[in-house]
Amino acid sequence: MFEWPLLSLLIWLPIGLAVLVAVLGQAHATLVKPVALIGALVVFGLSVVLYLGFDPTTAAYQFQERMIWIEAFNIYYHLGVDGLALPLILLTTLIGVLVIIGGFGIKDRPHLYLAAFLVLEGLMVGVFAAMDALLFYVFFEAMLVPMFLIIGIWGGPNRIYATVKFFLFTFFGSVFMLIALIWMYLQGGSFQITDLHNLPIALNAQILIFLAFLIAFAVKIPMWPVHTWLPDAHVEAPTGGSVVLAAVMLKIGGYGLVRFSLPITPDAAAALDWLVIGLSLVAITYIGFVALAQSDMKKLIAYSSISHMGFVTLGLFLTFAIARQSGELTGAGLGISGAMVQMVSHGFISAAMFLCVGVLYDRVHSREISSYGGVANTMPWFAVFAVLFFMANSGLPGTSGFVGEFMVIVAAFHANVWFALVAATTLLLGAAYSLWLVKRVFYGEVANHSVAGLKDLETKEWVMLVTLAVFVIGLGVWPFPLVEMMEVSIAELIDHIVESKIQ
Amino acid sequence: MAIKTLIGLIPLLPLIGSIIAGLFGRQIGRSAAHWVTILAVAGAFGLSSVVAWEVFFNDLPVLNYSVYTWAVVDGFTFEVGFLIDSLTALMMVVVTFVSLMVHIYTIGYMHDDPGYQRFFAYINLFTFAMLMLVMANNFLQLFFGWEAVGLVSYLLIGFWFKKDSAVKANLKAFLVNRGGDFGLVLGVAAVAYYMGSLDYATVFANLDSVVGQTMSPIGGVEWSVMTVICIALFIGAMGKSAQAPLHVWLPDSMEGPTPISALIHAATMVTAGIFMVARLSPLFEQSATALSFILVIGAFTALFLGLIGIVQNDIKRVVAYSTLSQLGYMTVALGVSAYSVAIFHLMTHAFFKALLFLGAGSVIIALHHKQDMRQMGGLARYMPITAITAWLGSLALIGFPFFSGFYSKDMIIEAVKASDRWGTGFATFAVMAGVVVTSMYTFRMLYLTFHGPTRMDEATRSHAHESPWVVTLPLIALAIPSVAVGYLTIEPLLFGGALADAITVLPANDVVAKLSEKFHGAFAFGLHGFVTPVFWLAMLGVAISTYVYLFNPKLAEQAKQRFHFIWRILDNKYGFDDFYQKVIAGGSLSLAGGLSTWFDGRLIDNALVNGTAKMVGQFAMLTKRLQTGFVFHYAFTMIIGLVALLAAFAWLR
Repeated sequence: MFEWPLLSLLIWLPIGLAVLVAVLGQAHATLVKPVALIGALVVFGLSVVLYLGFDPTTAAYQFQERMIWIEAFNIYYHLGVDGLALPLILLTTLIGVLVIIGGFGIKDRPHLYLAAFLVLEGLMVGVFAAMDALLFYVFFEAMLVPMFLIIGIWGGPNRIYATVKFFLFTFFGSVFMLIALIWMYLQGGSFQITDLHNLPIALNAQILIFLAFLIAFAVKIPMWPVHTWLPDAHVEAPTGGSVVLAAVMLKIGGYGLVRFSLPITPDAAAALDWLVIGLSLVAITYIGFVALAQSDMKKLIAYSSISHMGFVTLGLFLTFAIARQSGELTGAGLGISGAMVQMVSHGFISAAMFLCVGVLYDRVHSREISSYGGVANTMPWFAVFAVLFFMANSGLPGTSGFVGEFMVIVAAFHANVWFALVAATTLLLGAAYSLWLVKRVFYGEVANHSVAGLKDLETKEWVMLVTLAVFVIGLGVWPFPLVEMMEVSIAELIDHIVESKIQ
Repeated sequence: MAIKTLIGLIPLLPLIGSIIAGLFGRQIGRSAAHWVTILAVAGAFGLSSVVAWEVFFNDLPVLNYSVYTWAVVDGFTFEVGFLIDSLTALMMVVVTFVSLMVHIYTIGYMHDDPGYQRFFAYINLFTFAMLMLVMANNFLQLFFGWEAVGLVSYLLIGFWFKKDSAVKANLKAFLVNRGGDFGLVLGVAAVAYYMGSLDYATVFANLDSVVGQTMSPIGGVEWSVMTVICIALFIGAMGKSAQAPLHVWLPDSMEGPTPISALIHAATMVTAGIFMVARLSPLFEQSATALSFILVIGAFTALFLGLIGIVQNDIKRVVAYSTLSQLGYMTVALGVSAYSVAIFHLMTHAFFKALLFLGAGSVIIALHHKQDMRQMGGLARYMPITAITAWLGSLALIGFPFFSGFYSKDMIIEAVKASDRWGTGFATFAVMAGVVVTSMYTFRMLYLTFHGPTRMDEATRSHAHESPWVVTLPLIALAIPSVAVGYLTIEPLLFGGALADAITVLPANDVVAKLSEKFHGAFAFGLHGFVTPVFWLAMLGVAISTYVYLFNPKLAEQAKQRFHFIWRILDNKYGFDDFYQKVIAGGSLSLAGGLSTWFDGRLIDNALVNGTAKMVGQFAMLTKRLQTGFVFHYAFTMIIGLVALLAAFAWLR
């Protein structure tokens, strides 16, 4: 029986659609939006087919496609997904639909805007589906281009500074990754990620490779102190750009750690876990405070993202500390699961919060908190959504924001009481910056004329916010399916990383 | 109907009600919204009563079952499930009954409010969350209910979101509660780590392996694991049940509409901490240190926060400080291992305090939302039902013999006296002195509001009249248990073992067993109540208030002048609020601003990031000069290079 190359479709269909949309935009402008939307929906539908066909009882890569790409260097076009990649692909295609809907309001060359997002979507799926390190690298770098264009063309007044900073930062990081990959190719003769997982490497070399990966992924996540590109990029990006950046692109850093750093250099990760844990705790507390001081809504959410991604890096690197503390591994899986859940959840919540800012920005053209006040009076339904999402951001149980953070805090307790103690400060800091924003923007008397003239949500905004609300609450009330999807792959990963690769 | 279906419906009904009223409130209109939600709560109350009947009278065995699996990770199974035993059944009836009364009352109180439907949706949602909390069979669901009631409390304190004081108060309430939850979540994490499960039954079964274990988070200092867990969990209770120093949010929560002050901030949500400790009695029994800590915190709260009630002029704030003080009494009972007594006081207090709040609300309606007692007086003439029910509630509050509060409060005092736990000396003094304080502020409030000369302006006075039946009916319905429930239930609850399946007390700690030797029935106990020192202390407070506020009103002002120093301390609430506002909140904001501007902005971004970029730029400017475009420059450079290379080779050779 013929098997559909699902993963290839998920990558190339949106890219093909992008070309179609870009071409259509010249002559048939009215067709652009329906084609883009239907295309994005089909892609999302395909990812659901992928999910339904996925077997969560095995850690093996599924839906594999493999053909030789560059024979001279033994590079393959090799795709496949396991329980770690699948949830992020689903997240990508869902967000892909939402940004297309969100892009309907763009006036300036809408066909190119939508096309850029479709290309971006395909490339991001490619990053998660690649099983060849060089293919991964190509998608990883190529992805920068559409985002560069999105911010550079449709961005705010200071967009050039922001795009250059964004590009240089991430490019700077990934060069180190490329060097590490080439070095390993010279050792083992393969770019296959699974081969790299099994490549024995001496500790010194592992440490250098680990640091090279860490630089690449830390910039992406971003981790303190290489985070300063993110607030600038968010502030200048159009709403859709911010949504994709926060919801999906940051996750690629976390995915890189779990796909490359941990399994390829487990001994170095064990030796240097203090560094990652330390930086994570700094992100959670220090960045939490910095978020509190922001007066620009997008900056505040950007810092909130960095702080929440601290839970991802913390959860991923608890395994070794747990093993040292108790001699057992109970809690290690909880940490990594928590990190993964946090990535998915943050994808929903950050997307929703940036959409909320977009809703206000479209009407008032200001991101400053002080431009608002009493918005709940004129936009009561919008206020309902905003309170929900900002509550979710502060980790309210029953929303997705709670699940990952709770798991990581419990896992952190297994490693060291103090890790848990410092991580739990997010209960206060997260609530403080999230709800203080809600208070200043939504509550109180109507602050000024522009707030007085606000109209409540439009249909397209309803669709986006309801969709995200369903996922935020659904994942909070029943995280079982997501956790189940990843469970076996995570167990396999832990088995792998506690084995030394030094020979 | 199978009992599990019936139990499942209890939280589900108010959830559905709140969704209908909340999402479709505008479409279905005002009266449909209150009908839907009231029927939902009435259904929940009816079914809870059935369950309670089965538990208390038909010996329904303890039900402990999972409803669905929330997640399975790494050997941990997180479930959502119900534990139905005597404690749960009692809480379910109390919560749904008070909630039903408050729902009916709301029809009158919120009559003219544009957010009518929204209000009903919130209080229905609250009922759901509170039921999930008390019915939980595991820590995770407890935490869900815990934070969910906190969310609804936040939404309701800020219900009038245009009011600046209201939205300040709700943010404060949420954040202070999060301070408590910080402890709670660490306690839960510790339970997961040491017991390997979050399921109550499993945790209780695994206790033996943990008792006696120590941990040393700070090098060299050995802490008992049980003590750490219990204190961490209790910090959560301190937030929710407003124990000093995490009490500061509760008085401010009075910015919310009065029905929710009665329901959430007096009768139910704030007692969640008390409930939790009782529910987890097998854990707390294992740490005498933690129980002493609880005892001292409770005693401090009972006496010193009650004192503030004497100087308050806002009628709701008097009742709020009284609530703090009464929660302190319950906490004291927990601290001496008299968990059943704490739950008993929780129940009686739920009725009479809800009654007092709703009575205060009735006065507030009559005076068109004036709350200052200095502008009241003599209202008994205009609103007799409110006045009489307020008197009944007040007598219950001060512990007048045979009233419900008498039984529960006297039992707490007796339990403290019978206990030999560290801290009982201070606690005995605090709860005894607290009796005087309680009757002072209670009767001051009664006299200033209902008796003595009228101090209202003419316009207000001419409109003052008794509230409509939707208001007075709940008052009467709550007055009945406020008077009688103590007399009726003290024997089964405390001495008949009705709560025995839910509460664990080590034989050595069992003060209630000691009390049972002296107890000869509710009637004899009530009669004896007239000759105890506690009664005369209460009468002393009543006498002081009667003399000062009924016969010699100038004395109050003179006393204020004479003891201005003390008055200032009380009026400043011992400086807790200032401390939080200036030191904690202010300090955090300064720190945040400093970190943001100096560290993140100047150092990392400007100096390091853009500095590097600038350096690269300057380097490029330098190297740019080398590329002049003149052929003779290049040729000249090449010659120099060639010579240098040749020289180098010659040298090396």
